[in-house]
Amino acid sequence: MKVIHMAKVPMPKEKWSGAVGRMALGDGSVNVGGVKGMPFLSFEDPQEHRPLLAGEVVDDISDFPSLVLEEFGTSAEDPVTWASEWKSRGADLICLRLLSTDPERADSSPDEAAAIAKNVADATGLPLIVYGSGIADKDAAVMEAVGKALEGHRSILAYVEEDSYKRMASTAVAHKHAVLAFSNLDINLAKQMNILLSDFGVDRGDIVMDPLMAPLGMGLEYSYSVNERIMLAALSGDRMLQVPMVCDASQAWQVRDCSEEDDSLGDAGERAAWWEFATALAALLSGADILIVRGAKAMALVQDAVADMGGRS
Amino acid sequence: MPTAIEFFKFLPKTNCGECGHPTCLAFAMQLANQKVSIDACPYVDSGAKEKLEESSAPPVKGFSVGLGDNSLRMGDETVLYRHERKFVNPTAFAVTVTDAMSSDEMAETVSRHSSMTFERVGMEFRLDMFALRDETGDAESYTDAAKNLVGLTDWPIVLISGRPDVLRPAAELLKDRRPLLYSADDSNIKEMAAIASGLGLPLALRDDTFDGMAALVEEARKAGVEDLILDLGSGSMKQVLENNTVARKVSLRRTFKGLGYPLMNCVGGGEGAVKKAMVAVMKYGSLVVFDSIEPQQALPLMTLRQNIYTDPQVPIQVKEDLYPISDPDAASPVLFTTNFSLTYFTVRADIEKSRQPVWLQVVDTEGLSVLTAYAAGKFGPEHVTAALEASGALDRSEGPIVTPGMVAKLSGKLEEALGRKVMVGPMESSSLPKFLKGLKE
Repeated sequence: MKVIHMAKVPMPKEKWSGAVGRMALGDGSVNVGGVKGMPFLSFEDPQEHRPLLAGEVVDDISDFPSLVLEEFGTSAEDPVTWASEWKSRGADLICLRLLSTDPERADSSPDEAAAIAKNVADATGLPLIVYGSGIADKDAAVMEAVGKALEGHRSILAYVEEDSYKRMASTAVAHKHAVLAFSNLDINLAKQMNILLSDFGVDRGDIVMDPLMAPLGMGLEYSYSVNERIMLAALSGDRMLQVPMVCDASQAWQVRDCSEEDDSLGDAGERAAWWEFATALAALLSGADILIVRGAKAMALVQDAVADMGGRS
Repeated sequence: MPTAIEFFKFLPKTNCGECGHPTCLAFAMQLANQKVSIDACPYVDSGAKEKLEESSAPPVKGFSVGLGDNSLRMGDETVLYRHERKFVNPTAFAVTVTDAMSSDEMAETVSRHSSMTFERVGMEFRLDMFALRDETGDAESYTDAAKNLVGLTDWPIVLISGRPDVLRPAAELLKDRRPLLYSADDSNIKEMAAIASGLGLPLALRDDTFDGMAALVEEARKAGVEDLILDLGSGSMKQVLENNTVARKVSLRRTFKGLGYPLMNCVGGGEGAVKKAMVAVMKYGSLVVFDSIEPQQALPLMTLRQNIYTDPQVPIQVKEDLYPISDPDAASPVLFTTNFSLTYFTVRADIEKSRQPVWLQVVDTEGLSVLTAYAAGKFGPEHVTAALEASGALDRSEGPIVTPGMVAKLSGKLEEALGRKVMVGPMESSSLPKFLKGLKE
């Protein structure tokens, strides 16, 4: 028996008044942002959603997870070969962490760090997200050299916080890079950072924000909701939140049960990939425009997922 | 829910007091708070009552499957985004067995998935249901398999067959276990709805289109079946995401009433199944049916479900206890922090990073973070002392006690109360590795 279709279900299309700003990176051919609806809902935003996927590379692997190093083999011994490996695996960006600049590690100089960044950029042609070691004063000095070395190859300098942003923001403006504004799980602080940077003279089109993607099992739900609120506010017209969002899924590896060896929890390498993937998917569904991924298997899962959700990776 | 003013419009406004409230407005406010029933007012006419009942019906209807302690509730959801209130009934995960399996094979599958349990931050995670799929098309074989399955598990069951003649005898046999029947589509809706209605069981409807699904819902309701769950397709992550979102949105916004039911997704097996299941957990799925699942995929998936279904207004708390990290001994330092999960996770991860053995004492601060708990008077020397004594921390280690840097003020009073050396730790948890390495030297 065929049922006669009578009811007509109305599509719940929102009339958003805002959109996430667009930004070009690298030589100008790599684009991010521009989202006009909640993530991956083609009935809200028919344009193809294309979050950028950044593969993580560090220049000091001394306490890096061995499961990841196994995935990359000898290519992880050098940032340039590692980044090239990421390129061949389809990464859109390279997230380069210059851990060697840490005074507690090799304490390498800003110029040495800048040379690594330049080599990675030249070898891959991909835009970079460049982090220092997390020590604010040193990072500002490192980014001065990195920003200069990468001039003409528009990248993202990471990161600035509420109490220290001027020096790195100036570097970004001087060399036409974007700057990453970090805030800690707080929509108001995220907005405040963008206002601070705008008032300081950074164009809104040169700001990307990191509202802190807490990993699966370590507060993911807080980030998921903060991101959703940021997206809803941006789409509803809050201009100070209309900048592309960066989410760092690699933090999943901080969680103990992500990768600890325990037979009752199944294969550790597979589990770690799924742990990072779950973090990445929560980020994508809550608004990430740029996603930083550490594991090779996790990246493959993310790429497939973006395609399966009707996006392109 | 209608507001107090909307209720007030339908009341007689005579303030007669017969409802037990002094004024009609007071009664209306109690109605809006769902504290009383409209029936308490003898003067509201039946037409008005009907209107009010319709607008106060939950936007997503709920129902239960299974019996007793193992019963599961689905639906009752009220928000699109979890920050608005919370997601109510967590996604249930079912694993499939078939009537083509030998009884040994079925027993092995049930036992393997039943014992796939994990403990995380004091909670036990596990799968929830078994689904029995009709593979043979033979009613006798299917009924035998159903009989076999109920002997193997107390969990709620989904009976899967597109054939009413196969499903009916098994449904009759299992009806006291309150299984979910899957599924009715536009080829069998009349017969399936008759079975569900006759046995009083919940029924799953299956259609890829919204209009087609709305028509199935109408048919089922006409037959008297109200406990419905909708499967709008799970061919891709996109289909799960968009179809679940549309159905939930039109229901919560009340722009369309016929899809206000829990949603389910049959995701199959392999990597694709886990990905679709993760979308369903975040996007409104009440039930996900797997062919099978591996522990290395199940733990991240169940952790995701636990995270997403956390009440955003109630901070997750870690149990007050003494947590050993990296095999501490009698000389290892004793650090303490609050029981707010984010604080605990951060501190724990930073201690692990240092690779130094540490005793970590969690103090019950009702889920507040360090500074907030201190300001609220829940993280004073007396609380810390009591926690350290209760856990036996002071007997297990003679090492230094370390306060979080944010509450350095505690150190003097603590030293007095404990008669032990108390040190001040770093302001930020991220400096712990450096601090702990320094402590060792």
